[in-house]
Amino acid sequence: MRTEIISAKKNLPLFFSPALILIVLFVLFPVLQTIYISFFSSSGEFVGLDNYHDVLTSKEILNLGDVSQGLSQPYGLGALVHNMLWILIHLPLSMFSGLALAIILRDVKGASVVKSAIFLGMVTPMIVGGLILQFTFEEGVGIVNGFFNILGLEQLTRTWTAHPETALFAVIFGSVWLWTGFSLIVYSAGLATIPREYYEAAKIDGATPFRTFFRITFPLLKPMTLVVITMTLLWELKIFDIVWAAVGEGGGPGQASNVLALQMYVWAFRSFDFNRAAAVATILTALTLVVSVWMIRYMVKK
Amino acid sequence: MDDQVYGEKMKIRKSTIIVHIIAWSVALIWVLPFLGVFMAATRPWGEISHGWWNFAEFNPTFENFVAAWTDERASIAVGMLNSFLVAIPSTVMPMLVASLAGYGFARFSFPIRNYLFLTIVLIMAIPQQMIAVPIFQIMSSLGLVSNYIGLILVHSAWGLAWIILFMRNYFLTLPVEIEEAARVDGASDFKIFYKIVLPMALPALASVAVLQFMWVWNDFFLAQILIYDPEMLLATQRVSRMRGQYIVSWDLLSAASILVMIVPVLIFALLQKYYIKGMVGWTVKG
Repeated sequence: MRTEIISAKKNLPLFFSPALILIVLFVLFPVLQTIYISFFSSSGEFVGLDNYHDVLTSKEILNLGDVSQGLSQPYGLGALVHNMLWILIHLPLSMFSGLALAIILRDVKGASVVKSAIFLGMVTPMIVGGLILQFTFEEGVGIVNGFFNILGLEQLTRTWTAHPETALFAVIFGSVWLWTGFSLIVYSAGLATIPREYYEAAKIDGATPFRTFFRITFPLLKPMTLVVITMTLLWELKIFDIVWAAVGEGGGPGQASNVLALQMYVWAFRSFDFNRAAAVATILTALTLVVSVWMIRYMVKK
Repeated sequence: MDDQVYGEKMKIRKSTIIVHIIAWSVALIWVLPFLGVFMAATRPWGEISHGWWNFAEFNPTFENFVAAWTDERASIAVGMLNSFLVAIPSTVMPMLVASLAGYGFARFSFPIRNYLFLTIVLIMAIPQQMIAVPIFQIMSSLGLVSNYIGLILVHSAWGLAWIILFMRNYFLTLPVEIEEAARVDGASDFKIFYKIVLPMALPALASVAVLQFMWVWNDFFLAQILIYDPEMLLATQRVSRMRGQYIVSWDLLSAASILVMIVPVLIFALLQKYYIKGMVGWTVKG
């Protein structure tokens, strides 16, 4: 289908200038300014990569000094490692539970109600989501500990978000609960595009459900998998409100559940160390750009 | 033979039942945390402090909602009004501005179009932390800290990238012939845009409105770096402020949480079709 109208050169400014002005003033210029100040000291001297060196050797960001102590040492393993743990645990769990649920719900009466219930976490303000997590993991009132009691695991009952060893994991697992709705919705939309005949043919050929999944369903859902991975990675790198609300703005007990975005805020708006904060923001942005460039390259190749 | 058919049918029925049981238990488990907070909001703390699932005593009350609504330190009523004051213009402005640009990307060809478009796509990945410090400095020097105009400008600019992309993708699905016919009749580009194209784009604009409003309403970070005046704090900031440093009063906090999340949940319930279209169309077509 032809989509372009070539004539209208003189009207370009009319269509583009409002958007460009807003983006240049409030997005592009601030981005460049952040990169710029990340190379200067707070007194305005050019210091090259010193801020980056400072940041990457600070205990807040990377704390691998005594790995055997893990998260129980002050600052845990550092915000950068915490973000990576977030990716390692949260990405596969939320992605595959969304996929599994999408497949199960295909043949369920009232599936849309179930989907809406699971999707509720995606429309909840993340600051409220974080508070609900804290409540759910609270000793006494929270249902997580209620389950441990029923299972006879009394030694596990505690306020999970209040202990450095468990706070990070509590928040990560809790956010799987909040985010699974996303992969469920994307995979459900993808499944709807696969013709039923494929499955009927597979059944006639006597393929096992296992084989059908790996030969038909999963390969045909590849574009959705790509979208889910990209958006989930970006979400995990940018994570902020949930941690703030669930364990506190300092990054929780002993800062053991601190993340990059939160540490940036603390340095910028609590210590007013704008230059160091700018270096953290730039590192975080570099990570998100790696993810999106990977995605764009894949789409262009296709 | 008949027996075999009957057996097959029984098998199918059994597996269908199992699938339904699994699906509905998952849904139940998923809403449990919400249910817990709802219980904390609607029942006296003494009843639920040893687990909200205990119903030995059951005296539901609206007191917590009233207390959160009128709280002296952080009234949720004022917070929600403030959030509306910010979210409505922060939805309308980028919608109009981005539709223009999205149409430009869809219909006009010019030398740097692809580079410009790539920049827009890359902007979508950037975290808000990357603009935080300069935005704070710019707004300070303009006197727009603790001023909604500043926050609305930033929200609008921040939403543009994804709305431009979304609207462009939608415009590309519209047949170009209608616009060309209008051009032959002597209509200007701009007239074609707002008389013919925008009305055809209403479903896409509805998706944009739903998603952008929700994101601005749910936002916490941008509000937190720009709004400091206690009177002006937005709903999400007030919830965070109610949390307290050491002792959490869940009765008040859970009522406040429910009040603040009721707006996006209602929008989702009523306009789900547009929400899902916006979410999936935006990601899958990307």
